[in-house]
Amino acid sequence: MNDMSESDRLPTLPKRSVVSMAGEKLLEFIIRLSGISAIVFVLAIFFFIFREAAPIFFSENFNLVKFLFNAEWYPTSVTNVRYGTLALTVGSISVTLLAMSIAVPFGLGSAVYISEFCSPRLKEALKIIIELLAAIPSVVWGFIGLTVMSRTIISLTGAPVGVNLLNGGLILALMSVPIIVSIAEDALKAVPDSYREAALALGATNWQVVYRVLLPSAKNGLLAAVLLGIGRSVGETMAVLMATGHAVQIPHGLLDSVRTLTANIAAELGEASASSDHYHVLFLTGVLLFILTFAVNLTADFVIRGIRRK
Amino acid sequence: MPMTNNLDPAQRFTKTEFVVRKERIQSITKVLFAVMAISMIIPLLLIIGYLFYHALPSLSWEFLVEVPKKGMRDGGIWPAFVGTLYLVVISLAIAAPVGVFAAVYLNEYAKDNWFNRIIHLAVINLAGVPSIVHALFGLGAFVYAAEFGYSILSAALTLAIMTLPVIIASTREALASVPMPFREACWNVGASRWQTIRAVVVPNSISGILTGIILQVSRAAGETAPVMFTGAVFYKAVERGELFPYQLNEQCMALSMHLYTVATQVPNVKESIPYATAVVLLCSVLLVNAGAIALRVWLRNHKKW
Repeated sequence: MNDMSESDRLPTLPKRSVVSMAGEKLLEFIIRLSGISAIVFVLAIFFFIFREAAPIFFSENFNLVKFLFNAEWYPTSVTNVRYGTLALTVGSISVTLLAMSIAVPFGLGSAVYISEFCSPRLKEALKIIIELLAAIPSVVWGFIGLTVMSRTIISLTGAPVGVNLLNGGLILALMSVPIIVSIAEDALKAVPDSYREAALALGATNWQVVYRVLLPSAKNGLLAAVLLGIGRSVGETMAVLMATGHAVQIPHGLLDSVRTLTANIAAELGEASASSDHYHVLFLTGVLLFILTFAVNLTADFVIRGIRRK
Repeated sequence: MPMTNNLDPAQRFTKTEFVVRKERIQSITKVLFAVMAISMIIPLLLIIGYLFYHALPSLSWEFLVEVPKKGMRDGGIWPAFVGTLYLVVISLAIAAPVGVFAAVYLNEYAKDNWFNRIIHLAVINLAGVPSIVHALFGLGAFVYAAEFGYSILSAALTLAIMTLPVIIASTREALASVPMPFREACWNVGASRWQTIRAVVVPNSISGILTGIILQVSRAAGETAPVMFTGAVFYKAVERGELFPYQLNEQCMALSMHLYTVATQVPNVKESIPYATAVVLLCSVLLVNAGAIALRVWLRNHKKW
């Protein structure tokens, strides 16, 4: 209202047409609507997966405790159907742990090298390569696991099959290094240069700057990088489907085949007939995965937010 | 005194034990980290070289435009290649406008309150949802609940929701890089919020916005799990080199799924075919990404402020 009276007093000011004003209001409405779309989609994902999973709770073959803590997964058995996901969970955890034990030191080391040690030109080149690495599709990684990695593992260790825990872990490590590097590098970049300059002025070497100054002040960002790497490994599907072998078992060594929660859904969803118990259980596994990654991502965000507040 | 005989200061200066140690550690760590950085690149180059080497017998223009023959044991990948183009174009046509608008809202309109913090958390979590969970969602929501059936539409919608959070994040970053005084100058001459966005903010950040969207082209092209259960099929009869073989409500083949199929599901495939499929997928993705990166570097060098 105030605007109107002001523009009345200024006769030379051209007025905008009603259509243009209404158009702007409409556009701003669409913008606001798009803004909340992310919330809608997250809720929708949870709702629709849970809706397909829910009927399993009314099936007499199902028991939530057994679902979580039993290692016997026989979804298509005629006489005694058992839906225990423990072996799959252990599979997911072991592959992720193996991948992280390689990817975290290499990822953080590379991030430190890129951020602190190398020349600006090399830094630019390395960052581009890492971005390209991050773009390689997971099915191509899976294919690499199935062919190159599998043959290498067989010839080096003499294992009967090359698709196993070790293979999946190595592939996942290669896949999650780029994400760890880029986020860790961001975290190191966020440390003010004055910190570095103060340390260098006291005669510290690059390594001393990294060890005494950067690591303590960027530790939250680095932790977030690790968490997001874990999130990506747990959620990875095609690569582990193709590279880990297909045995539902609790692994006893690096050369045992395993199956993960994600790969299990991908492998069996096509065969499970819609609205069978098996189908609902696979959706319930999806709910489990959704909650798991939700927790990891939320933690990572709180950790990152922690540094910003400081 | 022997010390006075030698007057050359370069000879006289001796490092303390402490300095020697610190410099030694410095050089060791530098080499160690360099080795770490290199050791994640070299094996990869070897692997890609290996893929190319094994793909060579099949790689040709014919392989790209020919249809699969003899139950995928021979021939080319044309239906899969076109199918992937369909999925990528349609999914981005949906995700890009929504994502850009959402980013405009978050960066230009949203105040820092609890509601917008929840939106921010939702975007982050959406980005972290595993691809197989997206597949389950697409199956439950689009294929069954919305009754689109197994179709290109369902698959493209699933991919759109997958790529959305990353488009929001990259667009937001691009918008945030436009300096505040640009907006203030525009407001001060009486422009409304939307006029400022249209005339100043978006033109000055369009390169960043486009780069972010182009990078999602490759992501959408490479995803397998979400399309596998919502709209992609093992085989679909298509004419050789036909440009528009699919309808929206039909299923299609997809390059990523075709690779999975020929690599694991079909016995006795000619050895070079899965390798060549992998190389085509890998090269398309890397070329698109390299293009986006080149665009970004070029625009950064030509930045006006």
